[in-house]
Amino acid sequence: MITGKAWQFGDDINTDLILPAPFMYLPKEQQAKHVFEANRPGWVDLVKSGDVIVGGRNFGTGSSRPAPLALNALGIGCLIADSINPLFFRNCVSFGLAALECPGVSAAFDEGDVAEITLSAASVRNLRTGQTLTGVPIPEALLKLMQGGGIFPLLESEGLIGPGIDSAGA
Amino acid sequence: MGMTIMEKILARASGRSRTSPGDMVVVDVDTVVLYDGNFFPAYWRDIKSVAKPDNVVVVYDHRAPAPDQYCARAHSVGRAFVEKFGIKRFHDIGYDQGIAHVIVAERAYALPGTVLVCSDSHAGSAGALNCAARGTGGPDVIYALTKGSTWYRVCETIRYDLVGRLRHGVTPKDLFLHIAGIYGNHSNYNVEFGGPALASLSIDERRTLATMGTELNAEFTIFEADGILDTYLRARTDRPYQTYNPDPNAVYADRRQLDLGAIEPLVALPDRVIDNSVKVGDVADVFIQQAFIGSCANGNLYDLQIAAEVVAGRRVAAGVRFLVTPGSQEVYRQALKAGYIETLMAAGAVVTNATCGACQGGHMGVIGPNEVCITASTRNFKGRMGDPSASVYMASPATVAASALTGRVTHPGEFISMERAG
Ligand code: SF4
Repeated sequence: MITGKAWQFGDDINTDLILPAPFMYLPKEQQAKHVFEANRPGWVDLVKSGDVIVGGRNFGTGSSRPAPLALNALGIGCLIADSINPLFFRNCVSFGLAALECPGVSAAFDEGDVAEITLSAASVRNLRTGQTLTGVPIPEALLKLMQGGGIFPLLESEGLIGPGIDSAGA
Repeated sequence: MGMTIMEKILARASGRSRTSPGDMVVVDVDTVVLYDGNFFPAYWRDIKSVAKPDNVVVVYDHRAPAPDQYCARAHSVGRAFVEKFGIKRFHDIGYDQGIAHVIVAERAYALPGTVLVCSDSHAGSAGALNCAARGTGGPDVIYALTKGSTWYRVCETIRYDLVGRLRHGVTPKDLFLHIAGIYGNHSNYNVEFGGPALASLSIDERRTLATMGTELNAEFTIFEADGILDTYLRARTDRPYQTYNPDPNAVYADRRQLDLGAIEPLVALPDRVIDNSVKVGDVADVFIQQAFIGSCANGNLYDLQIAAEVVAGRRVAAGVRFLVTPGSQEVYRQALKAGYIETLMAAGAVVTNATCGACQGGHMGVIGPNEVCITASTRNFKGRMGDPSASVYMASPATVAASALTGRVTHPGEFISMERAG
């Protein structure tokens, strides 16, 4: 179960907002400092580890850049949205960012409410109102990948890749 | 029950006799395309093993040639990878370089009926070649590289039947803006193009539409295969392939007819692609500082041709920077030979080497605070091409070229006849 404070972001949040282009190739710790810089400057200083992003429709539309990695590095506990762009959701699985599509969730939360999320049951509860919503179930294999930290730990355990070579970030 | 093109290709690639919407399939990957963005530290890893090195393509495009030390180091990481695994299809800075999606078509790396994995979101461009491709992510590409497989969810398909013919000066980009404006979001659907008017569109023109499928949030965008595709491919490769067309009784989530003759030049207003298209005349009072033609969608020879036709014998307006970035060095050479580059430069355009460049705000034409840009590229998102306070309008190369001449958003009909000769 994931419990965290909710931050509201609205509809059609694109990847250029989540991770602006000038920073997308930086190491993830540096990416994290620029998340939502254009639409919500200063937010990265307010958000706490474990907090939850609440999106409206089509969250994450846009490029395949490692935006979920930046949200991970920022310590986001979970992303819940009325709908998540399928490419973005795929990257949430691949980078191991907890994410759940849950129609109606943006209307069910005020900013600052606390969300309690059970990914395996695809359920979201608002602890202030007591309302529980049911989201779109995540296929078991994908949930396992998402909760296991994504593709890199898996490939590493199979000896197919080594750890990151962060020379360029030095 | 019949199958759509994507249902057939995913069935073939997953070793099944059929697939239906809702199925999760693990498929063999025929081609893995890496670009310079993959070699940055955020998601590159020390690769110990490559499933099939002959299936790998490496292209430098997003930041090429390297604009700074950071990118230069990533390029070096990529070259070391190419060397280590003996990758033959490597498109480094030089004769064979270009934007990955353009190279993939130009060199016929994407074959009909095959599965291509590239982490870039506009990989669906290869759908114009009847090839199953879509944007994935950096980790997906490394998975496909090392294991030779990937996974997809089979989605329902929306079918577009094309009829009629585009008027002269109206381009597939306008057709896209029409679809994006009328039908908006296609999330969780494949998009399939076909119909009698397909034959009026070249492979490059189809690629513009297939590339822009990403901006409809479509899963796979795929085109029917026809004789024009065969001719295109046979000029480029002798590798065998099998084409896939839909069954007559394929089941679609929706089937829509598009009359190409009724399409007119459109513009997407800033910050959002879908549900945001207006007629050019509606924004004719918007003044611009930059006009850009380029990208995997609009850096084709035909894009440069129509731009050259619009600006021929005229000069770019004072105070406007008109940037043209061919999609590949091969397109650049062809445009040079055809005289388009000379015409564009005589008008005052700055023609750059092939790269993503201004499309992505990385280099070669980044826009400043409060500036206004009109672009024939893929996205108009806030901050994409530079400062977040800038406004980006998106249109066809003809409209962008016309706007460069006047310094405001301008209908191409002000400079060229929109009647198709003959
Ligand atoms: S040209 Fe633009 S949209 Fe195409 S791959 Fe490059 S950055 Fe992406």
